[in-house]
Formats: sequence, C-alpha cells, structure tokens
Amino acid sequence: MPTLPTVTLADAVAAIVMLALNAYVILGGADFGAGVWDLLAVGRRAERQRAVIAEGIGPIWEANHVWLILVVVLLFVCFPPVYARLSVELHVPLVLMLIGIVLRGSAFTFRAYDSTGSAVQRHWGRLFSIASTVTPFVLGTCVGAIASGALAVPAGADFTARFLAPWTSPFALATGAFTLVVFAFLAAVYLTVEARDEDLREDFRQMAILAAIGVFACAGLVAWLGSRLDGAVTGALFTGPLALPLHAVTGLAALTAFAGLVRGRFRLARAAAVVQVSAIVWGWGYAQYPALIPGVHTVQSAAAPAITLKLVLIGLAGGAVVLVPSLWYLYRVFKSEAASAFVRVDTAEYRAPK
Amino acid sequence: MTDLLAARGQMAMSLAFHIIFAVLGIGMPALMVLAERQWIRTRDPVWLDLAKRWSKGTAILFAVGAVSGTVLSFELGLLWPRFMEYAGAIIGMPFSLEGFAFFTEAIFLGVYLYGWTRLSARAHWWAGVAVAVSGTISGIFVVFANAWMNAPTGFRVVDGAAVEIDPIAAMLNPAAFSQSLHMTLAAFATTGFAVAGIHAWMLRKEATSAFHRAALRVALAIAVPAALLQLVSGDLSAKFVARTQPVKLAAMEGHFETAARAPLRLGGLPDEATRTTRWSVDIPGGLSFLAFGDPDAEVKGLENFPESDWPPVAVTHLAFQVMVGLGTLMALAAAWVAVCWVRKREVAETRPLLGLLALLTPAGFVAVEAGWVVTEVGRQPWIIQGVMRTADAVTPMPGLVVPFAAFTLLYLFLGVIVAWLLWAQIVKTRPDPAHPIRRDV
Ligand code: HDD
Ligand code: HEM
Ligand code: HEM
Repeated sequence: MPTLPTVTLADAVAAIVMLALNAYVILGGADFGAGVWDLLAVGRRAERQRAVIAEGIGPIWEANHVWLILVVVLLFVCFPPVYARLSVELHVPLVLMLIGIVLRGSAFTFRAYDSTGSAVQRHWGRLFSIASTVTPFVLGTCVGAIASGALAVPAGADFTARFLAPWTSPFALATGAFTLVVFAFLAAVYLTVEARDEDLREDFRQMAILAAIGVFACAGLVAWLGSRLDGAVTGALFTGPLALPLHAVTGLAALTAFAGLVRGRFRLARAAAVVQVSAIVWGWGYAQYPALIPGVHTVQSAAAPAITLKLVLIGLAGGAVVLVPSLWYLYRVFKSEAASAFVRVDTAEYRAPK
Repeated sequence: MTDLLAARGQMAMSLAFHIIFAVLGIGMPALMVLAERQWIRTRDPVWLDLAKRWSKGTAILFAVGAVSGTVLSFELGLLWPRFMEYAGAIIGMPFSLEGFAFFTEAIFLGVYLYGWTRLSARAHWWAGVAVAVSGTISGIFVVFANAWMNAPTGFRVVDGAAVEIDPIAAMLNPAAFSQSLHMTLAAFATTGFAVAGIHAWMLRKEATSAFHRAALRVALAIAVPAALLQLVSGDLSAKFVARTQPVKLAAMEGHFETAARAPLRLGGLPDEATRTTRWSVDIPGGLSFLAFGDPDAEVKGLENFPESDWPPVAVTHLAFQVMVGLGTLMALAAAWVAVCWVRKREVAETRPLLGLLALLTPAGFVAVEAGWVVTEVGRQPWIIQGVMRTADAVTPMPGLVVPFAAFTLLYLFLGVIVAWLLWAQIVKTRPDPAHPIRRDV
C-alpha cells in the first residue's frame, strides 16, 4: 500500500489559498463574466439582458471580490517571498489588472446610482463591460506566466525579457483567453437560472452553449501549447498519479453541464459547471505542486515561520465561524427561490423627481 | 523623478485617496443605523428618508473604497516588495483578521443596500449594525499594522534577518492602542463634521426643514463626543511618540536644540539649513509639559541625531500644526454645540454656529491627511522605524513614474465623479411627497 504523503503546515495553508482562489473564480469570476455578456448583449432584448445581469451581481459582487483580497493577504502573510517575487516580475500586468478592477467596480456603481439619464448611464455601462472583459484576460496571462515557468528569469535579463516576455508568451496569452471564456461560461450558466422570463432564459442558454464550446477550444489550445513547453511544468497534468481522476472529473462535469444546457436542466448545469471549473483550478495547482512559482519557490521554501502559519490557521478557523453563516445569509436573501417572491424595489429605484 | 520618489508619491497618493473613503466607510454606517433606529422607534418618514439617502451615498463611497483598498493591497508588493518580504510574516495577524472584517462588511452592506424590501425592519437594522461594527474593526486592524511600522516589536534581527517571530506581540505593539484609538475617533469626528456641515449650510437657507434638522442632530451626536475625545487621544499619541520616536517628535515641533523647559511652538517655519524655526509663537515649557508631563523635562532636539536620520522637518512640522489647529477648532465647535444642548437650545436656531459648522465641513479630512503626513513623513527615512530604510524596500522595476501618473489620473477622475454624483444625486435632491417611500411591501 502506498504511504500517504505527509501534509505539512505549509501545505495546509497552500490548500486554503487554492480554496480561496477557487471561490474567487467561481463567484468573482462569474461577476466579471456577466460584464462580458453585458458588452456582447445585442438585439431587441439587450437592455433586458443587461437588467438581469445588473440585478444578479448588484448585491453580491463586493462580497465576491473579497476572495481576491483574501488570496493576496494569505499570500503575503504565509508566503512572503512569493508575493514579493510575483509583484516584481508581474508588475506591468498587475497594474493593468488593478486599473481594470477599479474601473469595473466604480463604473458599475456609478451606473446604478446615476439617474441623470440613459446616455450617461450607457457610458458607465460600456466602461463597466469593457473593464470586465480586459481584467480576466490579464489575470489569466499572469497565471499563464506563473504556470509556464517563465518567472524564473535569468539574471541580467533586459526590461523586455524580464517584465514583458513572461506574460505575453503564446501560452500565457492562451491562458488569458481561457480564463476569459471560463468566466463568461460560468456567468451565462448562472444567468440561465436567474432569468425569470423564458425568452431571456433562452438567450442565456445560447450564450452558455457558445461559451462551453469556447472553453473546450481554449482548453485544447492551452494544453497543446503547454505540452510544447518545458515538460517539467505541465508534465504532472498528464503523468501524475492523480492526473487521470482529475481529467475524468473535469470531462464528466463538462459533459453534464453541456447536456444540462442542451436539455434545459439549468440547476444541474450550474452545479456541473462549478465542479468543472473548480477541477480546472485544482488541476493547475496539482500540476505545479510543490512549486508555487516553478523554478523559483516551492511551498516549503517560501513558507513563513511555523508560528505565523499556525496563528493564521487559527485565525482562519475563527473567521470562518463568522464568514460562513454570513455568506449563507447573503445568498439566501438574494439568490433563493423564496427571495424572488419579493417585489424588487431597491435603492436605485427610489429616485427624487427631476 | 527617481523611481524611489515615484514609488513614494504613488503610495502617498493612493493612501491619501483611500483614507477618505475609509473614514466615511467607518462613519457613514453609524449615521445610517442611528437614523434608521429613529425611524423604527418613531415611524416618522423623515428618518427613513434620511437613512435611505445616506445609504445611497454610502453605496457609492463603499465601492470606491473597496477598489482603492484592493489597489493598496497589491501596491504594498508592487512598490515595496522587500518590505513585504521582510514584514509579511510578522504583521500577518492584523492583515488576515482584517480580511474577515472586510468580508463581513461587504456581505452585510449588500444585504443592507439591496434588502430594504426583503427583510423585516429589525433584521435590516441589524445588518446595518454589522456593517458599522465590521467597518470600524477593519480600520482598527489596518492601523495595528501601520503602528507596527512605527513601533516594530515581536521579532529579533540577526544578521539582517528577522528571527524569533511573535505575530501576536507584533500585532499588539506599543503604538497600536494610541494610534487606532486616534484613527477611529478621527473617522467619527470627520464624518460627523462633514455631514453636519452640509446640513448646517442647507439650514441657513431653509431654516425650517425637518429633514435637515434631523440630519444635523444625528451627525452632531457622533461628531461632538469624538471631537472632544480627540484632544485627549491626540495628547496620548504625542506622549507616545515622545517616548518611542524622539526624532519624529523633534521634527513635529521644529525643535532643533536639546533643551530642558522646551517651548511649545505654534506655527512657524523650520529651516534645516540654519537649524532654527522662525516666526513661531512659543509657550515656554509647553512642549516639555505636553510630552512628559513636567514643564522642566528635557526634550531631545534634532541635533542629537545624525542628519541622515532626519525626516523632512518643515513638512512634518507644518502638517502637525495643521492637524492640531483644526483639531482645536473642531473641539471648540463641539463644545459650543454641547453648551447649546445643556441649555436646551436648538442648534438649528443658532445661526453663527451653523455658519461655523458649515465652514468646518472639510476640516476633518484635512486633519486626517495632515495627521497621516505627520506619521508617515515623520518616520522617514525609515519604512520600519530603525529596522529598514524606505530606499532599501523599493522595487527594482524601472519607470515607476508611469504607474504613478496613471493612478493619479485615474483617481482624479474618480474623485471628480464621486463628488459630482454625491452632489447631484443626494445632496441636491429633495424628499419627494409624490413618490412615497415603499418600505412595507
Ligand atoms: C479628525 C482628525 C484628527 C484630529 C482633529 C487630530 N488628529 Fe492627530 N492624527 C489623525 C487625525 C486627527 C490621524 C490622521 O488619524 C493620525 C495619523 C495616524 C494616526 O494614528 O492618526 C494622527 C496622528 C497623530 C500623531 C502621530 C502619531 C504617530 O505618528 O504615531 C500625533 C502626535 C497626533 N495625531 C496628535 C494630535 C493632537 C495633539 C491633536 C489635537 C488636537 C490631534 N492629533 C487632532
Ligand atoms: C496600514 C496603514 C498603512 C501602511 C501599511 C502604510 C505604509 C506605507 C508605506 C510602505 C509607505 C512607503 C514608504 C514611505 O515613503 O514611507 C508609506 C508612505 C506614505 N504613507 Fe503610509 N501607510 C499606511 C497608512 C497611511 C495612511 C492612511 C496615509 C494617509 C493618507 C498614509 C500616508 C503616507 C504618506 C503621505 C507617505 C509618503 C511618505 C514619504 O514618502 O515621504 N499612510 N506608507
Ligand atoms: C490606516 C489606514 C486605513 C484605514 C483606516 C482603512 C480602513 C478601511 C475601511 C473602513 C474600509 C472599508 C471600505 C469602505 O467603506 O470604504 C477599507 C477598505 C479596504 N482597505 Fe483600507 N484602510 C486603511 C489602509 C489600507 C491599507 C494600507 C490597505 C492595504 C493593505 C487597505 C486595504 C483595503 C482593502 C483591500 C479594502 C476593501 C475591502 C472590501 O472590499 O470591503 N487599506 N479600509
């Protein structure tokens, strides 16, 4: 019988970072994806589609966004050299991503609270949707740069080789595109459940099917480009002992989601899409493990002292006691069947006369 | 512009921008909650209108606060990677606890803003309380982290590396209490005076408006105690700085020569070249008394320290004068209001007081910015007092002036939009009798 690998404190914290990242992708990622559909909305029902999107993300996007902050904080507390290294080498895309995050969040809010008239509001909407599209793409190129091992920059590299090349390689750009379609896919699938009208639901269903095909195509592209990279990085994804089960779960979930969309079983499709995307996130983690930045840092080499890790774990456990019921309450109020029975009157509707 | 200067400029600009939203993020939920409680108790629609309007403003402010805070959490690494590599594991506690406070705040703000018609009045009110409490706690935690930069504890330095790390001791560093108390009071005083000022100004034009009277009353209920306590808390902070950061104290006071019976200097302009502070009004023994409780105590001057350890003296001194000056004015105004209350006079009827309050609308913000300049510029050239110099912490990334310019323009744009939205959408709009507030759907 093979012995189980020993799990260190640092492994446990790294797993929690992955968990937080996973939550950010399936919650925050979908909010970005919804912005992509806001950009792509066309036809007679475009405005109604946008209204469903705005209603769907309005109350929750700020809470969903905190997962990213949690990832960042855990990274600099528990793996400080990794945070430092990533911030230096990925300075340029991170700045672009931050500008996108700022514009997305503020434009969305300005649109909701600006009642001066539809022309101005349309501009905010446009800004919101463009920022929602650019940001996940840039985030994906950062992931691609890490996963491809390109951050092990040789000493003496010039500006382009050090600060631009790693995240603009074909693999990194393909990962960017992959991230974008995955987010858009999640959003469209969620929206099929949230839409109350049949015609809108059908619109979102078509979008979701389109995106599912996109996810499939991009996954193939990323895998192909990855296989041409230095074997060490992506090798485990194909040869490791867990490779097969991971691929099986992803594939099965993808098929279920697709079938659910085709046959109109939207809740099933939503659950399967969440499993599918989570499996992709963990597949990336698995392929890299134990490296945090391939060629530079591993989980062990970058970990903070044990006392810090222990306290953070205790803090996380305590925090979860507050967080989990609060999140449950948030989603219950806004996303449950019972919630939709209420008349929708939010603060945005309460307006003073002109 | 050197990269170091650009990095410092970008950090200062980003923090100066964020702190405005942070202060309102702490103060506004308290106001909303007080107004809504009045509504629940009296069912007078004025209170509901007030709570709703304030919550609209808070929604806009919170979104910008959240995104600018996200920028900061990345900027700590983008600009100061060596600092974070060194300090991350030591000051991780407050930052990770803060993460949970943010979570709670964002969750219940969503519930509060979008839940007016979905929850019972009581549940809705409690959601507001959760926002107010967690907002205050997140401010306190982040200031704990900053206090550690002023009073680094909880580790030992061996060959330039930090060993024997004790994150709890680092979190509860000696500066943590005085600084977070002072910041929290500042947030309440600033928000209270800003809101009171706006409504006082409106009342001068429209003396009978029940709406503005109600708003003024709630805002002052927060502003007055905070502004009075702020004097005590500021004195506590100054005594603390005197003991732990004598160079900063000397710079704050423009105090060059070590002296017993050191004077308190009001105003004046320190000149590093001649090592004098000119044009100040001096109170003999004042500094010795305020710093050490004894008018004859010796206070170390800047001459005691190598010039390479001096912060920019003039900036620190002037910023300190601005903060203390405004703090005194705010406390005086608060005392005047308190006198009115004791004598059972309506503040809304006292026109000169309304004028003063209107004038003080921006005072808290200016004092907060000045106070942070004292803390941060006064700590230079250190990023961690006595442990790491700012110049050693900066990123090797070249061309930092580009992101500095980009974020400055972006924030300028956002600042203008937010100000305009608050003005056009909330301050200028009137309560609307024809559009009854739907609350009991
Ligand atoms: C409404 C805002 C406000 C007001 C009225 C005051 N302060 Fe203040 N002060 C702040 C807002 C502030 C601040 C922005 O919040 C700071 C920056 C760091 C901190 O913890 O608080 C600060 C810092 C700060 C420091 C530096 C602490 C350090 O570097 O560790 C001192 C010594 C004082 N203050 C003292 C005072 C005194 C004697 C005041 C008397 C009137 C006063 N403050 C009023
Ligand atoms: C937890 C809170 C804070 C942290 C961790 C922090 C950290 C830093 C760091 C790393 C720098 C760059 C190094 C330096 O130049 O000193 C800095 C500079 C600065 N910060 Fe803070 N800061 C905090 C709060 C604030 C706030 C709220 C303000 C308010 C406006 C502020 C104002 C400044 C200013 C003005 C500088 C520039 C000083 C100079 O370069 O001369 N800081 N801070
Ligand atoms: C002393 C200075 C600071 C205070 C008092 C403060 C306080 C606050 C408060 C009250 C909020 C709630 C959001 C709002 O209502 O606008 C907030 C948001 C935020 N702050 Fe700051 N902050 C400070 C400095 C910093 C620094 C240095 C960082 C970077 C590590 C930071 C990171 C954040 C983040 C990420 C958010 C968004 C959280 C969310 O989405 O809810 N803050 N801050």
